[in-house]
Amino acid sequence: MKNFRKPAFFSNFKSKIIRNFRKPSTGDDAFKLLTAGFASSIFILLGLMVYELVRGSELSIQRFGIGFLTGTKWDPAISQVFGVLPLILGTLVTSAIALLIGVPISLGIGLALSEYAPRRFGFVISFLVELLAAIPSVIYGLWGIFTLIPFLRNGVYPGLHTALGFVPLFSGPIYGGGVLTGGIILAIMIIPTVSAISRDVFSAVPNAQREAAISLGATKWETAKTVVSYARAGVISAVILGLGRAIGETMAVTMVIGNKFQVLPASLFDGWYTMAAIIANEFTEATYDLYVNALVEVGLVLFFIALIINVLARLIVWRSLRLVRGIAKE
Amino acid sequence: MLVLVYLALIVALIPLFSILGEVVLKGANSINFNFLTQPTPTVGETGGGVANAVQGTLITVGLASFIGIPLGLLSGIFLSEYGEARISSVVRFFNDVLSGFPSILVGIFAYALIVTVIGFSVTAAAFSLAIIMLPIVTRTTEEALKLVPATLREAAIALGIPRWKTTVYVALSGAKRGIATGTLLAVARIAGESAPVLITVGYWRWWFAGLNQPAANLALNIYIFAISPFENWIALAWGSALVLVIIIVGINAVVRVLTREKYP
Repeated sequence: MKNFRKPAFFSNFKSKIIRNFRKPSTGDDAFKLLTAGFASSIFILLGLMVYELVRGSELSIQRFGIGFLTGTKWDPAISQVFGVLPLILGTLVTSAIALLIGVPISLGIGLALSEYAPRRFGFVISFLVELLAAIPSVIYGLWGIFTLIPFLRNGVYPGLHTALGFVPLFSGPIYGGGVLTGGIILAIMIIPTVSAISRDVFSAVPNAQREAAISLGATKWETAKTVVSYARAGVISAVILGLGRAIGETMAVTMVIGNKFQVLPASLFDGWYTMAAIIANEFTEATYDLYVNALVEVGLVLFFIALIINVLARLIVWRSLRLVRGIAKE
Repeated sequence: MLVLVYLALIVALIPLFSILGEVVLKGANSINFNFLTQPTPTVGETGGGVANAVQGTLITVGLASFIGIPLGLLSGIFLSEYGEARISSVVRFFNDVLSGFPSILVGIFAYALIVTVIGFSVTAAAFSLAIIMLPIVTRTTEEALKLVPATLREAAIALGIPRWKTTVYVALSGAKRGIATGTLLAVARIAGESAPVLITVGYWRWWFAGLNQPAANLALNIYIFAISPFENWIALAWGSALVLVIIIVGINAVVRVLTREKYP
């Protein structure tokens, strides 16, 4: 269908837009340009963020180079030497503990919501789990300091200490806060994320899979296991997304982890430090340029770690959801 | 095995009820008339309240919404209306990446961009909160617009309405419920953010003093009071937490109940 009255002000460059059934109007083009401009603000923001993070850490990068990543001293007062290896370790270890505790619980919830629970009960449960996600980080921290820590210090940790004290991990003095407490609070915070994605991924598994398992005589649990195995790519990406969330978590962690800068803690009950926590604690008190630059460089390292994890997770989520839906359409 | 699965549920819900219970119990003790009308007390002073923090939070969140909502709305419209373009999938991807970002880094960004120019200020805090809210609003707008049935748009176009008018007048009004609820959720989210506010505003004990000055913030105050050694500050922290929980969890509960009703 050719449009014979080709408007004069459109050049051949815009012939793709003209190949329309309607007479094109400048209002359409203007609107598309306007919304496209706003949508590209997302790139611009991300790009600017990287630029500012790099520019703001110039001094520190010049001064320390790669030694920043392997350095183990953080001394703003006397020798003005900064190194982030303990922080990277602290961040990764607390996140790993969070995953160890939180992922099994989240998978259980995901299974409960997709396989076991009746419909309305499932709605209430999802609602409550999403409520966990709505609680701000500071309130987790507040609760952590005044409820969780006393509970762990008086009730749980002494038990762990006596039972597992032969392992160096559980043999130090008990302060209440510390690495394990940080991991526990992070675990609670990632449960909503990981369980919501798991539930979605499990629900997207086609019923044919479950029916096939049942027809072969599988019990409900064995069927559930096949569902999890079918959706394992989605589960992995949910876990990685939870990891991304745990790594960036600032306030709740800094309130319970003890904020102790050391290469390795004496035990799981000892204090430690994470990248996000050190930025939150010291940024407003950084009095000279190199100090601020060092903190911004910590942010830059955190940025790259979080970016890699988020990109990885999103890629796997997209691919696995498309895969499952693609097969389901057959 | 069934037992284990339901056990996981219980283990996850215990902290939820513990947090909400503690906040209500300990916070209710602090709420009285003084609490709601007095500004923050100094070190060692008794009494005091959160009035200036509530004022500061309202202004900061309001400014952030003023920036973030139009930005997110238009981005979401682009993604849903022109979603087949190659650039759309890239925008969607980076939107998802941005939404999972550590909020403290957004704070550093706002610091580098705004605080180095005009100092610690409400503007810097609002800017950082707007960046945090942008991906959420974009995604919910796109989802809400996608749910508008194609027949509605086709009818409008059949009547000769240009495409952009179809989007603005027809599709948007069809999606306004979804967009409104999504936006409310985003606002609830940023009302509780304290990490970027810590970096862009520091601490402020007085009433609102201008957009280029700092302002008090409810979430930030909770942090500062909770780690302090003063009894009355800690009591204020619990009270502020109760106020914040009522607002945020209230918005979330209302929104999620409203949106569930639509889908049988």
